[in-house]
Amino acid sequence: MSLRIEEHPILTFKKGKKVQFTLDGKKMEGFEGEPIAAALHAAGVRLLRHSPHKDRPRGFFCAIGRCSSCMMEVNGEVNTMTCITPLEAGMVVTTQKGHGVIKP
Amino acid sequence: MSRHTEIFVVGGGPAGLSAAVVAAQLGGKVLLVDDNPVLGGQLIKQTHRFFGSSARDAGIRGISIADKLFEEVQGLKKNLHVLLNTSAVGFYGEGEAGILSPERYEKVTYDRVVVGTGAVENSLAFENNDLPGIYGAGAVQTLMNVHGIRPGQKILMIGSGNIGLIVSYQLIQAGVEVVGVVEAMPTIGGYLVHASKIRRLGVPIMTGHTIVSALGETGVTGALLCRVDDKYARIPNTDVEVACDCICLAVGLSPLIDLFQQADCRMVYVPELGGLVPLHDGNMRTTNPRVYVAGDASGIEEATTAILGGRIAGARAYESVHGPSDAAKKIVDDANAELKSLRSGSTGDRIRWGRERLSQEMPHADQ
Repeated sequence: MSLRIEEHPILTFKKGKKVQFTLDGKKMEGFEGEPIAAALHAAGVRLLRHSPHKDRPRGFFCAIGRCSSCMMEVNGEVNTMTCITPLEAGMVVTTQKGHGVIKP
Repeated sequence: MSRHTEIFVVGGGPAGLSAAVVAAQLGGKVLLVDDNPVLGGQLIKQTHRFFGSSARDAGIRGISIADKLFEEVQGLKKNLHVLLNTSAVGFYGEGEAGILSPERYEKVTYDRVVVGTGAVENSLAFENNDLPGIYGAGAVQTLMNVHGIRPGQKILMIGSGNIGLIVSYQLIQAGVEVVGVVEAMPTIGGYLVHASKIRRLGVPIMTGHTIVSALGETGVTGALLCRVDDKYARIPNTDVEVACDCICLAVGLSPLIDLFQQADCRMVYVPELGGLVPLHDGNMRTTNPRVYVAGDASGIEEATTAILGGRIAGARAYESVHGPSDAAKKIVDDANAELKSLRSGSTGDRIRWGRERLSQEMPHADQ
């Protein structure tokens, strides 16, 4: 069963248009305006970064931009909170290692 | 850039929105900031019907309460200015704050501020508790009820308080299998009506159990549970393994209090209210006379009490700028009467004890 909810007893979901983006160079699909982490989750991707000290796999935890567990590199910008950053067509998303490297 | 407002409101959830609406209705000039792209705070993901009080929102879904508040905001454009995607990032000096939006950083000066920052979800200490697939109950609601995406196919719920029970039911509504609800206490934490609802659907509620570890390498594939004794210690040879692809933690919330600390408000630790909270009186005023508090930041409760606390804070903040007002007094009296009835009975015991502690600690209670 897909993780996308097609039918719900109470809610209907308004989605943006379908857009493409990349994760670590791989083509992905999601809906414009939904959080990047949500689009990845729906596509079966839960591992978003590796922790700085012990290289532990990390996904999102709070989904409201409080806990920093979901930080990835997006369009070259490291430490982007993907749980609250809306997806746009053509975004280049990269699994983050540790604190990431800020490019000049 | 810099701007001035009479009443600055931080947070557009039920508490902050209510404070802002009341203060603007009374005639105050209000600026409200929220770091989300939409107003409503956590209400926008709460699909369950509220118990509420007979006068306020009983039987109404959280999402509809949010809609009602939005409408009130729309009618108040003259006095109430809303900035979305904007965080209050710091309080400085006397009546100064910094706000940050994607476009710019600005200074705000204010006469009074109502802080309704809400709360953050608690985690729980167990092995592998950082694996992808372990989510807070709020995160599960956001993913499922706002974005229409299931957190997984088979989920294990940790915590049988009202949030754990309600979110379990919402998961079933979304087509997710809830493999069980784990509760360390010997009895179910939340209301029986919520527990019965999921039990009737075949979800086991495992009281006297806790989670030992999450299983999996790069994401959750299961969990190891055990029984605990009356001192919450692990009982040997009681381990059971359950298969699941997701673990939901509904183990409480902690008030989000950084701004109060920056504003030199005296803080007190009250376990019944969720931990460290700014000391405040019945008017929701903290020990810094410019600073008011409302909602979960004043003690973890729920949206109806957050709305009422917000109305009191908004009315009192208005009065402290413009002087006493009969209309404001009526709002406060009505809200206090509703709060009293909502917090009555055995389900309100802990909150009443917690709030009693606050009034004992407050230097000049209710002045």
